[in-house]
Amino acid sequence: MAGIPHDSYEPSTRAESWLHRRLPVLSLVYDTLMIPTPKNLNWMWIWGIVLSFCLGLQIVTGIVLAMHYTPHADLAFASIEHIMRNVNAGHMIRYAHMNGAALFFIAVYAHIFRGLYYGSYKEPREVTWIIGILIFVLMMGTAFMGYVLPWGQMSFWGATVITGLFGAIPFIGEPIQTWLLGGPAVENATLNRFFSLHYLLPFIIAGLVVVHIWAFHTTGNSNPSGVEVRRGSREEAKKDTVSFWPYYIVKDLFALAVILAVFFAVLGFMPNYLGHPDNYIEANPLVTPAHIVPEWYFLPFYAILRAFTGEVWVVQLASFLTGGIIDAKFFGVLAMFGSIAVMALAPWLDTSSVRSGRYRPMFKWWFWLLVIDFFVLMWLGAQPAEEPYATFALIASAFWFFYFLIILPLLGVIEKPLPRPDTIEKEFDEHYPPDGSASTKSVAAE
Amino acid sequence: MIGKFTLSAIVAFGLAAPAIGAGGDGHVEDFEFSFEGPFGTYDQMQLQRGLKVYTEVCSACHGLQYVPLRTLGDEGGPHLPEEQVRAYAAFWEVFDQELDDFRTAKPQDHFPESGDENAPDLSLMAKARAGFHGPYGLGISQFFRGMGGPEYIASLLDGYTGKEKEEAGTVFYENTAFSGGWISMAPPLEDGLVEFDDNSPNDVRAMSQDVAAFLMWTAEPKLNSRKEDGFVAVLFLIILSVLLYLSNKRLWSPIKRRGADDA
Repeated sequence: MAGIPHDSYEPSTRAESWLHRRLPVLSLVYDTLMIPTPKNLNWMWIWGIVLSFCLGLQIVTGIVLAMHYTPHADLAFASIEHIMRNVNAGHMIRYAHMNGAALFFIAVYAHIFRGLYYGSYKEPREVTWIIGILIFVLMMGTAFMGYVLPWGQMSFWGATVITGLFGAIPFIGEPIQTWLLGGPAVENATLNRFFSLHYLLPFIIAGLVVVHIWAFHTTGNSNPSGVEVRRGSREEAKKDTVSFWPYYIVKDLFALAVILAVFFAVLGFMPNYLGHPDNYIEANPLVTPAHIVPEWYFLPFYAILRAFTGEVWVVQLASFLTGGIIDAKFFGVLAMFGSIAVMALAPWLDTSSVRSGRYRPMFKWWFWLLVIDFFVLMWLGAQPAEEPYATFALIASAFWFFYFLIILPLLGVIEKPLPRPDTIEKEFDEHYPPDGSASTKSVAAE
Repeated sequence: MIGKFTLSAIVAFGLAAPAIGAGGDGHVEDFEFSFEGPFGTYDQMQLQRGLKVYTEVCSACHGLQYVPLRTLGDEGGPHLPEEQVRAYAAFWEVFDQELDDFRTAKPQDHFPESGDENAPDLSLMAKARAGFHGPYGLGISQFFRGMGGPEYIASLLDGYTGKEKEEAGTVFYENTAFSGGWISMAPPLEDGLVEFDDNSPNDVRAMSQDVAAFLMWTAEPKLNSRKEDGFVAVLFLIILSVLLYLSNKRLWSPIKRRGADDA
């Protein structure tokens, strides 16, 4: 299936031949595992495995949790406590599911920013990128609905605020909101449909993950040099690549084991660190929490949502031009979804023909500013909507759009890229010289 | 104690408005608890003292509706002997839906719900409050000091200044830990209020910490075993990481031309 020339599967036993003639499933597995992979991938290419693991972990723990959970407004909160106290290992399974979501988002953000730095989104990997963004959006939807299920205070009020976003859509907003909630407000009907969808979406994500992998197995992996694997002949390709199994699987498993050691330390010693205390109070429609704060992984986008208030001239202009149809609330919603949309459009907004940020001296600076901006937004998302945070949030949100809409298109025109290696082999040889000089050096160091 | 558990309490619990909100701007003292840190575990004797304070004082108004009475006998908790759990359970009355009446509680029943409609249930209180938030609202201090739930409870119980004021017919008591500084709960503890069998100190400060520890257990009954599991998992994964690191190094050494002896 891959475009890179490689050895293909040959059935070696009679049983394999028998199956191969009828269903070439072993060939599919072989091609997937033995895919030629650039041999210069660095440690930022491990997140794919971590993400696959997270999806599996969430599905497995989630299925067990669903066996003991009761999706009813009067019983949900108590059923969580039942899981925490009476179900065998229930507390560990639930904590794994809660913190598994956090690990999932840590990994997906690292994965996305790796793609942004090394230009993984560029031609010919646009489809991989777009599907990746789709997966990210579905992940956010799944995580949001999952957070509602314990029916704590933050579940309830988070659901109220977030579904309220749809109410901000002009004309059709309110019917849409009512349709989503199954009634005029967050209630039992909402909990039931969120439970149903929370169970469904991970399987759609799993399907998209297959397509995501299919897409980049067709184009080949990107790599830190941004130079493509040579495809002239099998020999040429072999000089640039190693097979995924065993080289990258073992490397990725090592990385995964280290990450899981940290994950289980969090699980064992501080499982509620990333959660919000308010969610250990049962949902109460009559008492609004002092601060309604989404989970940490939504905070950057929540900050963008709140940044555009009625005092901002862009908002006023939009309101004036549309005759008031786009008000501040709707503008905020557009900005939030827009901040993800501009990311999805990066392949077309980035005009530079150089893929890797390594060889782009100006781009590097802007990229790291974007990373800082992301963390600043995350912090601001948890702060109350008052000064000076509101001004900071506006600046940080504006930078997010500035980066994608102005900087990325402009840099391709004005930037003078550094010389790039001709081939992956050449770049690899610079680090690990074939004459063995690195060998003596590393032996001495040990 | 008997007869105060009315059905209306079940409904009214949902309306308990005052003390809701995840901690706040009050001063929370960083008490030392035995269950802090990766290796900290509950102090069984302290949990038993805390249970006594809860039973004799707090339970007049506050319930523990999510806590099964039988878990008082669990290891890693107060760990009462079976006959004591039975005797303790018989001390309570619970509403039986099948009988449609109250009856004496059995170990498999839960603690009763709050008897006072303004008193929140305490089962999860130690996890529903964060005592520490800083710096700059980043919550990093929680990494080193814990979330601060039990510290918040102990600080609150020990935080009364003795001043009171009346507003719209309600008496408020000044409290250094409570957000806003004035709380409607009257000071529940006074020195020597509860006598402990082991003659442990029973001043307000000591009792506050004992009952805070007990409430941490009601909120997180599996803390001890959870930490053990975490420790085993981390140890196992560190060993696995080392093995995978060595495998990976060996595997890549010919590709990186480091020579076979180098692996």
